[in-house]
Amino acid sequence: MAHGPATLADGWRAYISRWVFTTNHKDIGTLYLWFSFAMFLMGGAFAMVIRAELFQPGMQLIRPEFFNQMTTMHGLVMVFGAIMPAFVGLANWMIPLMIGAPDMALPRMNNLSFWILPFAFAILTSTLFMEGGGPNFGWTFYAPLSTTYAPESVNFFIFAIHIMGASSIMGSINIIATVMNMRAPGMTYMKMPLFVWTWVITAFLLVAVMPVLAGAVTMMLMDINFGTSFFDAAGGGDPVLFQHVFWFFGHPEVYIIILPAFGVVSQIIPTFSRKPLFGYSSMVYATAAIAFLSFVVWAHHMFTVGMPIAGELYFMYATMLIAVPTGVKVFNWITTMYKGSLTFETPMLFSIAFVILFTFGGFTGLMLSIAAADMQYHDTYFVVAHFHYVMVAGAVFSGTAAIYYWLPKWCGKMYNETMGQVQFWVAFIGFNIAFMPQHFLGLAGMPRRYADYGLQFADWNMVSSIGAFIYGGAQIMLLYNVIATIRNGKPTTEEKTWEGAEGLEWTVPSPAPYHTFEKPPEFK
Amino acid sequence: MSTDASNRRVVVKSLFGAAGMFAFAIFVLPPMYDLFCEITGLGGKTGDEYTAVDVRVDTSREVRVRFLASNNASMPWVFKPTKDSVVVHPGEPTEITYFAHNVTDQDMVSQAIPSLVPNNVADYFHKTECFCFENQPLAAGDQADLKLVFIIDPDLPAGVNSVTLSYTIFDITDRAADPIAQL
Repeated sequence: MAHGPATLADGWRAYISRWVFTTNHKDIGTLYLWFSFAMFLMGGAFAMVIRAELFQPGMQLIRPEFFNQMTTMHGLVMVFGAIMPAFVGLANWMIPLMIGAPDMALPRMNNLSFWILPFAFAILTSTLFMEGGGPNFGWTFYAPLSTTYAPESVNFFIFAIHIMGASSIMGSINIIATVMNMRAPGMTYMKMPLFVWTWVITAFLLVAVMPVLAGAVTMMLMDINFGTSFFDAAGGGDPVLFQHVFWFFGHPEVYIIILPAFGVVSQIIPTFSRKPLFGYSSMVYATAAIAFLSFVVWAHHMFTVGMPIAGELYFMYATMLIAVPTGVKVFNWITTMYKGSLTFETPMLFSIAFVILFTFGGFTGLMLSIAAADMQYHDTYFVVAHFHYVMVAGAVFSGTAAIYYWLPKWCGKMYNETMGQVQFWVAFIGFNIAFMPQHFLGLAGMPRRYADYGLQFADWNMVSSIGAFIYGGAQIMLLYNVIATIRNGKPTTEEKTWEGAEGLEWTVPSPAPYHTFEKPPEFK
Repeated sequence: MSTDASNRRVVVKSLFGAAGMFAFAIFVLPPMYDLFCEITGLGGKTGDEYTAVDVRVDTSREVRVRFLASNNASMPWVFKPTKDSVVVHPGEPTEITYFAHNVTDQDMVSQAIPSLVPNNVADYFHKTECFCFENQPLAAGDQADLKLVFIIDPDLPAGVNSVTLSYTIFDITDRAADPIAQL
C-alpha cells in the first residue's frame, strides 16, 4: 500500500507537489471546495460593491462602466466559479464513498479538470485590469452587446469560458464513468443514494449543454475576429439567434446548479428525520423528468423578443409543467419529515430553509412563466429576486448544509453547533432582508443591471443592501466555522457522525482515511 | 468486461456526444433558426428577388406602406426614403426610392437589411427589384437614389391595412474587402 499523503512536515515542496499532482478523489474534492469558496468570496465581494453603490440613488462609489463589469463578473463567477465547482467538489468527495468505490474512475482526468479551472478564472479576473475593462454585458452576454460593442477583453472572456466548459465536461464524464462502472456489488441503480442519482443526471446535462455554450462563444469569437455574421444583422445574421443558443444551454444550466442541491437535501432530511426518504423512486423519476423538460422550455427567458403567440403559449405551458416533478420532490421532502423524530442541527436547519425558500423561488418562477405577465416582470428586480431565491437559498444553502453535514467525516472534527446555528440564522435573516424587497422593487418596475434608480425605489434598495451586507457577513462566519473546526474542533472518530445517517459513507472511519474501499464493500 | 475497458467506452461515447452537441450548436442551430424564421415569416426578413407571376390587381383594397430608414451605429451616411409612405392596391407593382449620400471623404460600401412589421406579412411582401439585394458602393461625397420595386400580394391577410418596411444601413467597407465575407 502506498504511504500516506505528504503533509507540511515533509516540506513545502512535497506538500505542494501532493496537491498539484494528486489523483486522489478526496484531495481533488477538497481542492474544488476550497477553490469554489475562494470564488464565492470574490463573487460576493463584487456583489457587495453592487449593493454598496445601490445603497442610495445617484452615483456614489463607482462609475457606471465599472458597475456593469461588477454585475457581469458577479454572475459569471458565482455560476461558473462558486456553485458549479462546489458541487463537483462534493461529488468528488462523496460519490466514491457513497457507492463504495476506491476512487473516481478516471483519476488523472480528474486532476486535469480541476487544475485548468484556476487558470480560467485567472484569465477572466485579469480582464478587470485591462484597458477598456472586463466583460460588461451581463452574465448572459447577449450579442451584439458582447460582440460589436464589447470591450477588447472579450476574447479573454471567451477563452475562459472555453476552459471552464472543458473542465465541466471532463468532470462530468468522470462522474458518469464512476457511477456506471465502479459501484459496489449489490448496489443497483435504484439503490444508489439520491445525491449520486441527481449528480449522474446532472452530469448528462453538462455533457449535453456545455458544448452548446462553447458553440455560442465560438460563434461570438468568429463574429468578432473572423468576419462571420452569426449574430450580426449587417451580414444577414440575427442577434435573437444568440439568445436561443444561449438559453438552450442556459436553462439546463440552472438545473445543473439545482439538481445536486436537491440530492444533498435528499440525503440530509432523512438523517435528521430518522426516517428513510419518502418516495425514493418518484424522486429519481422526478429528477429525470426535470432534466428532460429543461431542454424544451428555453424560450421562456425571452418572451419579449417577439415570438408568435403559439410559441409563447407552448413555452408557457411547458414551463409550468416543470412545477409538477418539482412539486413531487417538495412533497416527498415534507412527507419525509412528517411524523419523523426531528432534530434541528445546522445541516437540517439549512435544508428546511432550502425547502421553504426554494419553493418560494419556484412560485415566483411560475409567475414569470406566465407569458402575458412576464412582459411586465421581464428584466426587472423581480427576476433578480426570483433567481437568487433558487440559486442562493437553493444551491448555496444546500451547499452550506452539505459542508456542515459531511465536515466531521472529512476532517474528523465536529463543528461547534452553536456557532453553526448562529451562522444559519444570520444567513437566513440576511438573505431574506436582501432579496425579499427586490420582489417589491421589481413589481414596482425597477429594471435590473442599472447603476442608478429612481427615487421611488430608494427605501427598499437600502433595506436590500443592508440585508446583503448581513448575508455577506454570514459567509465570513461560515469560513471561520470551517477553519475553527479543522484547527480546534472536538475530535470525533465515530463512523456514524449522525445518529440517523444511512449509507456507505458512514461505514468508514472519521476522518475518512486517504484510501477507502480498496476492497469493495458488501452492499445489502 | 474489465472496468478499464468500460471506462474507456464511457469516455469515448461521452466525448462523441459532447463533440456532437458542439457541432449541433454551430452547424445545425443557426440554419434551423433561419429556416424556422423563413417558414413563419418571423424576424421580418423579406424574401429574395421575386418574379411577378400574378397580374391580378385588387383595386377594392388599399394598403398603406410606410418606409423607415435607420443607420447602424457606425454608419455616417445620410440615408432616408424619398417618401414617408404610399397607398397601394395589392398586386400593383410600385416603385419608390431611398436616398443615400456618402458624406465622408472615403469610398464606402454599404448593405441595407430589411425588416417588416407586422411579422406575419413577410410572405406577402414581394420585391421584384431592390437595392438591398446587393452591396451599395458609393465613392466619397457621392449620392444616389436607390430603387425598390415591390408588390403586395393580393392574398395579404384581410385584417392588414398597413405595412411598415424598415431598412437599416450598415457599413460593410471592411467586410467587402475581406476575403472571408466573399465566401
